[in-house]
Amino acid sequence: MTLALSGFLILMVHPRLYLGHAGNDLMPALLTLPISNNYRPDELHGRIVFTELPNAPVSAERNYPLFNKNGWARSLHFLAAWILVGSGAVYFSLGVFSGHVRRDLLPRGGELAPRSLLQDLRNHFPPRAGPTGAGLPYGLLQKLAYASVMFVVLPLMVTTGLTMSPAVTAAYPFLLDVFGGYQTARTIHFCGFTALVLFLIVHVVMVIATGFGRQLRAMTWGSQ
Amino acid sequence: MKPSSRIPRRAFITGIASSAGLLLAGCSQTDPPTYGHLLRMGDLLTYKAHRLLLPAHSLAREYEYADISSVPAIGTTNPANELYQRLLANRFADWRLTVEGSVARPRAFSLDELRRMPSRTQITRHTCEEGWSAIAQWTGVPLRSVLEAAGIRSTARFVQFYAYDGWEDGIDMLDALHPQTILAYGMNGRDLPTSHGAPLRARVETQLGYKSLKFLERIVVTDHFDDHGRRGLIRNGWSWYAGI
Repeated sequence: MTLALSGFLILMVHPRLYLGHAGNDLMPALLTLPISNNYRPDELHGRIVFTELPNAPVSAERNYPLFNKNGWARSLHFLAAWILVGSGAVYFSLGVFSGHVRRDLLPRGGELAPRSLLQDLRNHFPPRAGPTGAGLPYGLLQKLAYASVMFVVLPLMVTTGLTMSPAVTAAYPFLLDVFGGYQTARTIHFCGFTALVLFLIVHVVMVIATGFGRQLRAMTWGSQ
Repeated sequence: MKPSSRIPRRAFITGIASSAGLLLAGCSQTDPPTYGHLLRMGDLLTYKAHRLLLPAHSLAREYEYADISSVPAIGTTNPANELYQRLLANRFADWRLTVEGSVARPRAFSLDELRRMPSRTQITRHTCEEGWSAIAQWTGVPLRSVLEAAGIRSTARFVQFYAYDGWEDGIDMLDALHPQTILAYGMNGRDLPTSHGAPLRARVETQLGYKSLKFLERIVVTDHFDDHGRRGLIRNGWSWYAGI
């Protein structure tokens, strides 16, 4: 949550997304998000052209006040990121050594057949409360959602985050090649943020729909 | 499912809470101060982790000439004070960069003197803390050469920059001696434009853009950390280390 909120504040400072290595107010954006008033290309003035070539890169000055809370938002983002990496490392090692990952999270071979996937999907419509409580096996869609968050989205968030670090990419430039540049990594980081927020909303809705108090007890203290 | 094979949750949760306090123990006097602020402790952890884990002096990505992009000029685009205007009107013939502090031979460099020193040209990405990036070609003298010409002392730990627009900030010796840390007087094959920090700006390629001060006036080498008081970024809630 802290990462999502501080990340959103950071995004508000420059709410434009690009592909490749370079992207700024003087270049076309892949996507402009209407979440702050910081993008005003018409108000860039004092243009100078760097070379005489056609379509030459230019420079221009910004003369409007910028919304910017990055001083504390970024420091908070990285503090939360350290905590995420720390708790993530604990979760992974405990999960792997206790067998939780293999036993409960990864779908078994047969479960991934289109027939059983369709069956589990059909079971969710119309929505109805199933049995709850600690120790019950996860459903198939639940397994897929948890596994993709833990093993795909979160590792991607950490690695694309590192790709935005000038010191880290100086040491490990292959990160820039893997993701196709600093701005592409930033765009992927945003897509991961969107996926995680959607996951969180669905997760909380499902918990409430299936009995909030009972589920919360099951998640924290185990079965009564 | 056997209860014995599961993580003992109650013990785990209570254990985490009690051990968390031990993680952020004290650090030495030459580090950036935290003022007891939780966010500054996080900044310090990042700084220490980078210095411990990342190989020193690995080079930031250098791009091709065709990759050069448009570059917004932000922050101060002209220090509109009388002193700077006079230097600008005279095309910086009277401009001098003083190098002082923990050096054996404090001295002032003219622009011509800096241009006569061995230069480095690099096409690098400027990464702004706001989230945008731009690629440009920078030509200048490595900060290392300037420090060596002034006879930097072995006790020196930090390099502080002072600029005509009132900005002050510092970097540690590892970044100061980095081969790509240059004092740039040229941009994209021409003299550095006023809006990008004429006549001389720092390029610190391993950190975010705000560490690359424009309109340089003075360099002070220090043995100890300097937070620059109320003028310093760190006192205004910004991370001193921006290698992120």
